[in-house]
Amino acid sequence: MIQSGSEPGRALKAASNPSGRKSEKYFPYLLIAPTVILLGILIFYPVASVFQLSLQNFSYARLYEAGFAGLQNFQTIFGGDTLFYPALLLTAKWVFWEVFLQLVLGLAVALLLNQVFRGRGLARVLVFAPWAVSGVLTTMLWLLILNQHIGLFNYVLKDTGVLKDTVAWLGNPNTVFPAIVITELWRGLPFFAITLLAALQTIPREIYESCAVDGCSPLKKFFYITLPYLKGAIVFTTLMRSIWEFNSIDMIFTLTGGGPMRLTTTLPIYLMQTAVVEGNLGYGSALAVVIFGILLLFAALYLSLNKFGRGIDE
Amino acid sequence: MNKTKLKRSVRRIISLYLPLLLLLIFVATPFLWALATSLKRGGDVMTGMVRYLPNPPTLENYGYVWTKNHFITYFNNSLFVAVISVLFVLLFSLLNAYALSRFEFKGKKLFMLLILATQFIPGVMIIIPQFIIFKNIGLINTPYALIITTIAGSIPFQTLLMKGFIDNVPVQVDEAAMVDGATRVRILATLIPPVILPCMVAIASFAFINSWNDFLHAFSFITDQNNFTIPVGLRYMIGEYSIDFASLSAGSLIALIPPLILFAYVQKYLISGLGSGAVKG
Repeated sequence: MIQSGSEPGRALKAASNPSGRKSEKYFPYLLIAPTVILLGILIFYPVASVFQLSLQNFSYARLYEAGFAGLQNFQTIFGGDTLFYPALLLTAKWVFWEVFLQLVLGLAVALLLNQVFRGRGLARVLVFAPWAVSGVLTTMLWLLILNQHIGLFNYVLKDTGVLKDTVAWLGNPNTVFPAIVITELWRGLPFFAITLLAALQTIPREIYESCAVDGCSPLKKFFYITLPYLKGAIVFTTLMRSIWEFNSIDMIFTLTGGGPMRLTTTLPIYLMQTAVVEGNLGYGSALAVVIFGILLLFAALYLSLNKFGRGIDE
Repeated sequence: MNKTKLKRSVRRIISLYLPLLLLLIFVATPFLWALATSLKRGGDVMTGMVRYLPNPPTLENYGYVWTKNHFITYFNNSLFVAVISVLFVLLFSLLNAYALSRFEFKGKKLFMLLILATQFIPGVMIIIPQFIIFKNIGLINTPYALIITTIAGSIPFQTLLMKGFIDNVPVQVDEAAMVDGATRVRILATLIPPVILPCMVAIASFAFINSWNDFLHAFSFITDQNNFTIPVGLRYMIGEYSIDFASLSAGSLIALIPPLILFAYVQKYLISGLGSGAVKG
């Protein structure tokens, strides 16, 4: 379409804009200027100051020690910090389980809701509803279920005889991680489901029909048609989601505060505790830089897989 | 004949209705349990007298939260922040997306990379410098700090989403309008938005919900109770030693109403919207 239209299109542009070559040249800059200024002040300048702060000794608790520290903060992180590696490992575990479960179950939900049945519209609205709920509200809703004394989960398990005694799901070292994984799964599943459902609807029906004529089994249809068509959407969603889950903070912070025994202290929670709660801005900033470095790896992966930023005329 | 019919309906139950039922239970339980709890009398919740269903049901928790807990204030604050943010997010992402979709210009790749880069920057990483900036210009404890951070946080993703849509609008539409004497500004203001309406709606709802649910910035930038938004207000309802679960559930459910209504209304746009971003092929 672009091919066939480009010749007369270009001629028209020139004709309709005889004097305005110059204004056309500057127009796009005018369009993006507000965003550039806003992002510059509110995101990129702060990133630069975080890098600068990461080389400083700066803690509200020990202001007398403030000063340039070189790479000392980083040496401490990788050399002497006994909390860093457990937090890193926990973050990796967290991202893996969240993304794995959301992808597999999200795909299943998308396939389910793509079928034709009565009440499909209503089912879609209901299933996607948790997407509109976020962080603190998810915490509030699940506190009511996981609470030791008034939680629905304990009531049901006790009344059906599965449990003899109530369990503090969020206070028990054995159950706290699965509990936060399921809570976040509840909130995160709809995003995958929506994106993959949208992608499913772009698959031309005729392909399935001709496959059916050739006597394809449902399994074959799934692996030879559905999955290849969804590849782009799956790559995009998985990587975006990995980053979001890596950074996710509000739900864990309000649900467990990182406990018990630091068993839910992911890297962002550790950073929040160090910088915001304890006021150790220097060390917190160094942690932030390390997190940033890890996320850049994700970014590199994304760029190479998705060939983003190549321009529009490919 | 009858046997195949039976087989088919068994298969349909296993492949559709059973998983659907499990899914709906998983999704709906937190909402329904919060509803049940919110209708119980405060004392009944803590003593476990009334286990599953409220008996007798009462609306007193809603009245209490709404009037005694400054909830009206929180609600209005959240609404103000969200509505203003949405308007700016729509405007800015439209401008960006149009520039990216229709023009080749120097620095375009860099701009794309920069907005993509923002997606990899943890919000909590830059919260301290942001706090210092807002403090210096006197915006701490005002809704404007939240509006500005919401806009900055939402624009990149929304821009990328909208670019996909404008890419799908043939360039010939613009060209035809320009032959008729329309300027670029006019095309942007009156021609493009109606064509990509599903996308505008999807983006507005994304931005609204982002803003409505933001906790990190609201928690860090707002300390005066009169300026609390709903998530922060709810957070402080969890007391140090005791939690009034009945009021908490009532408050949570009130907080859910605007995004859920919005969501129910836009979800059909959302799915078709996200889908047509990838339709070409």
